[in-house]
Amino acid sequence: MRDVELKMKERAAELLKSGEVARVIGWKKGEFYFDPEPSVFETEAELENFVYNGFCGANLSKYLIAASKKPGKTAVFLKPCDTYSFNELVKEHRVVRENIHVVAIECQGKLDISKIKKLGADAVTEVEELGEKVKVSSLYGDMEFAKEEVLLEKCLCCKGKEHKAADETIILHEMPETKNDRFSGVEKLEAMTPDERFAFWKGELSKCIRCNACRNVCPACSCVKCVFDNPNSGIAAKANDTEFEEQMFHIIRAFHVAGRCTDCGECSRVCPQNIPLHLLNRKFIKDIDTLYGEFQAGDVPEGKTPLTDYRTEDTEPGKVFDAEGKHA
Amino acid sequence: MQDVTTEKKEYVPNIVAFCCNWCSYAGADLAGSSRLSYPANVKIIRVPCSCRVNPMFVLKAFQRGADGVILCGCHPGDCHYVTGNYYTRRRMALLFSFLNYLGIEKERTRVEWVSAAEGARFSAVMNDFVKTVAALGENKRLTDLRCKEDKNDA
Repeated sequence: MRDVELKMKERAAELLKSGEVARVIGWKKGEFYFDPEPSVFETEAELENFVYNGFCGANLSKYLIAASKKPGKTAVFLKPCDTYSFNELVKEHRVVRENIHVVAIECQGKLDISKIKKLGADAVTEVEELGEKVKVSSLYGDMEFAKEEVLLEKCLCCKGKEHKAADETIILHEMPETKNDRFSGVEKLEAMTPDERFAFWKGELSKCIRCNACRNVCPACSCVKCVFDNPNSGIAAKANDTEFEEQMFHIIRAFHVAGRCTDCGECSRVCPQNIPLHLLNRKFIKDIDTLYGEFQAGDVPEGKTPLTDYRTEDTEPGKVFDAEGKHA
Repeated sequence: MQDVTTEKKEYVPNIVAFCCNWCSYAGADLAGSSRLSYPANVKIIRVPCSCRVNPMFVLKAFQRGADGVILCGCHPGDCHYVTGNYYTRRRMALLFSFLNYLGIEKERTRVEWVSAAEGARFSAVMNDFVKTVAALGENKRLTDLRCKEDKNDA
């Protein structure tokens, strides 16, 4: 991974120096090894803190909404899954494609620090990725884990290692495919009775503190004025007043990105309360796939999304379920 | 004087029906002029097209104490605006499936196509829907405590 970081840093410096781009969006060193943060680099000197490691899970495409409107080009480092969000933003005219220079970078799957901590490694100072294994160095010694155990939720159902948008690529190693069981969580819930499902979601959603992190991080949530910011909506409060607010917020949030959600998994990654928000989005994705044909948002930067399209022979809403309430 | 007997009143559900101006609202009108009855607890909200119904309208109806929400529009292919109800069909199929996924009984939500000539169908659909929702009882899963008062007043 170290060689990829060096190559990226070198390339970023070149791009800035030649004046080809006015800024580069990447990650910079955080307080700890495991919390690199998205950053805009405008000079070569700033690149000193540039970093790319196993914890760079953040999807940088949303930052392009603001950056692409500034004078000059913007270079951005995108992992394969981030390019889907990028395409979606281009499709919706939120990002000006001509102003962006996409550097497609390799991704070996990103790590989840909370999973590593749970496995007993505290005060992590460095993580070395060795194929199927990861070596975690900490102040209290070294540990080794199977990589699958410590991957981010979104990396456990990787969409593949192909970049859907790229102006140049930096790929130095082979990128292994990860297993893809995207809908197993949704299916598990669907198999429950309505009462069990209600209890499950009540438990999960009641943890919500309405920090709006899921909304703010979501590359599909790109409205300048959000419905939740309207004080008359009754759900714009900073804290939830009743159960209804959290239900309303999460139903509407998921519905507003239905058909446009690329399943980038950022919502679940940033949730400070660990609400499995991906299970909400994936329900819509699964329904769309079964009712209207397989659809992957962000596959291409043009075309209609399932909810802005129709067929005259579409399923009737009443026939979505069979007698037992299962999908027909 | 207030009735203080402990005798339990029969439960009457609150139903909100979003009816499109061009077909279903006229269908309801025809049901009325044909002297076909439908339950008085069905509150009709007229919308220019079934496509006008934002998912938030449905949730707001539940918030304000509805026990069931039904959407009525022109039959697919007959939309006054040509394609509006095709979009409604996709949206509501996804929304209602999603509400079911969150554990809200799927019988509480319904989409029916009723044309301006189908007064009898309008009455039959409403009677059937009210019966279904009444069997489920009060909606307790999508309610807002702050709106409880409104409900008792109604």
